[in-house]
Amino acid sequence: MDYRSSDGSTIDRHDQYDHGGPAPLLVARNLRKHFPVKGARGKAVRAVDGVSFTVAKGETLGIVGESGCGKSTLARLLLHLLVPDAGELIFGGEAVGAAGGIAVKTLRRQAQMVFQDSAASLNPRLPVRDSVAFGPFVQGSTKDEARAIARDILSRVGLDPDMFGPRYPHELSGGQKQRVNIARALAVKPRLLILDEPVSALDKSVEAQVLNLLRVLKRQLGLTLVFISHDLNVVRYVSRRVAVMYLGRIVEFGPVKAIFERPQHPYTQALLASRPSMDPARRIEMPPITGDPPNPIDPPAGCRFHPRCPFVEAICETADPALRVVEDGKSHFAACHLRDRVLGRGRLADA
Amino acid sequence: MIRYILRRILYAVPIAFGVSIVCFALVYIAPGDPLETVLPPDATAATIAIVKHAYGFDKPLPVQYLIWLGHVVTGNFGTSIATGRPVILEVSDALANTALLALFAVPLAFVIGGTMGAVAGSFPGRWIDRAVTGIAVAGVSVPNYWLGIVLVIFFSVQYMLLPATGMGPNGSTGFRLLQWNSARFLVLPVITLAMIPIGILARTTRAAVAEMRNQDFVQTLRAKGLSEWAVTRHVLKNALPQILAVMGLQFGYLLGGSILVETVFTWPGSGFLLSKAIINRDVPVLQGTILILSLIFVATNLVVDLLQPLIDPRIRRG
Amino acid sequence: MTDILTLREPVATFTEETPPASIVRGYWQSVFYRLRHDPITLGFGAIVALIVLAAVAAPLIAPFDPYAQSIIARLKPFGWRDHLLGTDELGRDMLSRLIYGGRVSLLMGVVPVVIAAMIGGILGVVGGFVGGRVNTAIMRTMDVFYAFPSVLLAVAIAGAMGGGIGNGMLTLTLVFVPPMCRVAETATTQIRALDFIEAARASGAGTLTIIRYHVLGNVLGPVLIYASSLVSVSILLASGLSFLGLGVRPPIPDWGLMLSTLRQSIYVVPLVCALPGVAIFITSICFNLVSDGLRAAMDVRM
Repeated sequence: MDYRSSDGSTIDRHDQYDHGGPAPLLVARNLRKHFPVKGARGKAVRAVDGVSFTVAKGETLGIVGESGCGKSTLARLLLHLLVPDAGELIFGGEAVGAAGGIAVKTLRRQAQMVFQDSAASLNPRLPVRDSVAFGPFVQGSTKDEARAIARDILSRVGLDPDMFGPRYPHELSGGQKQRVNIARALAVKPRLLILDEPVSALDKSVEAQVLNLLRVLKRQLGLTLVFISHDLNVVRYVSRRVAVMYLGRIVEFGPVKAIFERPQHPYTQALLASRPSMDPARRIEMPPITGDPPNPIDPPAGCRFHPRCPFVEAICETADPALRVVEDGKSHFAACHLRDRVLGRGRLADA
Repeated sequence: MIRYILRRILYAVPIAFGVSIVCFALVYIAPGDPLETVLPPDATAATIAIVKHAYGFDKPLPVQYLIWLGHVVTGNFGTSIATGRPVILEVSDALANTALLALFAVPLAFVIGGTMGAVAGSFPGRWIDRAVTGIAVAGVSVPNYWLGIVLVIFFSVQYMLLPATGMGPNGSTGFRLLQWNSARFLVLPVITLAMIPIGILARTTRAAVAEMRNQDFVQTLRAKGLSEWAVTRHVLKNALPQILAVMGLQFGYLLGGSILVETVFTWPGSGFLLSKAIINRDVPVLQGTILILSLIFVATNLVVDLLQPLIDPRIRRG
Repeated sequence: MTDILTLREPVATFTEETPPASIVRGYWQSVFYRLRHDPITLGFGAIVALIVLAAVAAPLIAPFDPYAQSIIARLKPFGWRDHLLGTDELGRDMLSRLIYGGRVSLLMGVVPVVIAAMIGGILGVVGGFVGGRVNTAIMRTMDVFYAFPSVLLAVAIAGAMGGGIGNGMLTLTLVFVPPMCRVAETATTQIRALDFIEAARASGAGTLTIIRYHVLGNVLGPVLIYASSLVSVSILLASGLSFLGLGVRPPIPDWGLMLSTLRQSIYVVPLVCALPGVAIFITSICFNLVSDGLRAAMDVRM
């Protein structure tokens, strides 16, 4: 494969060697990661606590949630940058890290990640072209080949390799650095790109450009994206399906349209209601959720959202709700005991 | 808070053990047999074996260490080869004299170095700042034993104002701190010993004050209309804990590092004792002095760390 | 929400303002740039270069044989019969001995620091990067040596091993390994937490590759800064050891040793006796100021 053409017509796609058929590209099953708390025996931060989902080939899956809900940990689990305590990761139909499955190293050639802090994710001592060339070099290309790949991929993300390649990270703007990061991730020709808050640190105008760049690259290279963000508007803009995370769990999961137009979980509803509105008639009078998210070291028993939930009932404090289908005929799931009544009340409140 | 104190104390214990192991090992990194100093050169094999057994040198090293440690813990550091007195007495006498020097040198360094640093930090980039920075660099670069010699040449040889060496006619027993006849022996060693801490404290204070002045709260104080002098007082108050911590560490360094200055002034302190022990190859004194001095240094560090949260509420660690 | 494929082409609308490319490019180039524009550091660096040059070229520039003794010429003041800086207690020419003395002093100042920087650097980088128990074991061992005041540790080791240039250098190396290790470990631990290390791991690189391409370049700066500041300490400590009779042995000319033997003669030729200390002082202060300049040039966040 090479990237020599740039008009989008004759490009090799990163998924051309796909032998997995129509199976989902990535399946996460019951992933769990707890971080032991220093000095407190037996206590752990339950960053990711039983998360399951699938990512179909060529789709963009959005993951939203407040800061501290375990989004970033989840992203690192997907690449085995952190080893999950429990659960299973299946990539292209093969289990990752298990006997008979694919090796972690193979996973890391096929899946790549873009980090939030565009400055910290580039080595300040290397010209950016070397940062981009590092991936292919490690994966077995010669230095010259790796440099050629870096040139091509830099021009593909909109940076003239002659002008920007020799520059060091501090000589680039935030958006340009993030383009370099995208180039660095794409240089090893991955099929799956995990983006951990890739535009959160950027100006709004730059954010739009980077998002559009991602869309084009996705189409041209046949990528599958997992897009993690706390910004609902961004997630709505890029995703086909959305997962809502709260305290290490997915509380709602479904097509972007369903999630944004008919949110089922009270947490999702609150998140959506707390978006600032340009319409003065729809100004928020009351804060939709109060309090900070509870401590992930000691998550509340039962439904984790119950201490902040306006519709809390007795059962919420004892039983842990499972993700269940909430709309017939659509793959829309939510984990809430009272979803039917919540639905009713929510509509009343709207009217 | 109590947790922090306990943790810090517990952390010092393995360090102290490590220090004792290093001191124990000193005897064994010395070239030749440790018995060489005890035995006459023409000793027979049988005599050697008997002495070896008597000193416990025929046992395996860990056992020897434990026996030695047992002695040390009960205050038995052996006897000096040169004087025949118990090492513990030699060291404690000498240590008192060294502490006398340090007790004067550290406050002197605090006043001079602290003032210089505070002034320099208040006028960053101005000529006074440059002058202080220069003096501070000179202070940490000067070989202090040479400075001692120069001071002796100047004050004792040329102008005969102050005594060159020693503690007075009767040594430490005749030393009276409150009589100028005795106290004047302190002047040159204290000045010499204070030179490096002056440089270090000037640097630390300058950095702390300059950094503190850049903080937002100083702008607020000015905006409230406080005079420059009042602002400086606030800044100093905030910089003080850091400076005091450095001062505490310097005290420990002086106790352990006064060997060169004491040798120059033949001041009968722990450093001079060490220097004599080296010349006489008096291994028990060497080992005992180093062990005691380094344990005192560990303890000083511990005390500084424990006191710091008391002075500075910002670093109350869990 | 429309399908991704129907969206417009974006790359052409790229308008973000580009910060101007600096005149100097990489980190090291910028360090040299700043050093070139720092007259104080350059000046003292030139003095250091002169001292080094004089030591290297000692046989060419020394007016007398540094070992040649003369009974009639003992302890003569400045300018006595061509002896520009006088003579010592055995009638040897002071200027020649000072020039030759620089050889040993510089050797003892630089070699232990270089070796300690390599050993401590490797231990610190490995410990800091691997973390966990390996790191705890390394750092706790270092803490033990850190618990001695450096002068005391040097005296203890040298006192036990006995004098000589070799033992002196070994002693100083042992004294400097723990602080070097700590500096490297701190820098490595900081670097390791940055996303670009994670990104490198994500590209499938192994530990050694990451250390080689991403860690070393970032740790080198702090290690160099600290090592440069140790050179002056090393010169002071080495001459101090010689002064105590634990370093260089007579009759080799060494500044610390000369100071020690001439001490007895301060009532005869006070100025001559102070000379070796002046040499130590000037060398040490120059190295210190050059090190400060290096720190200022290198300690910049980019």
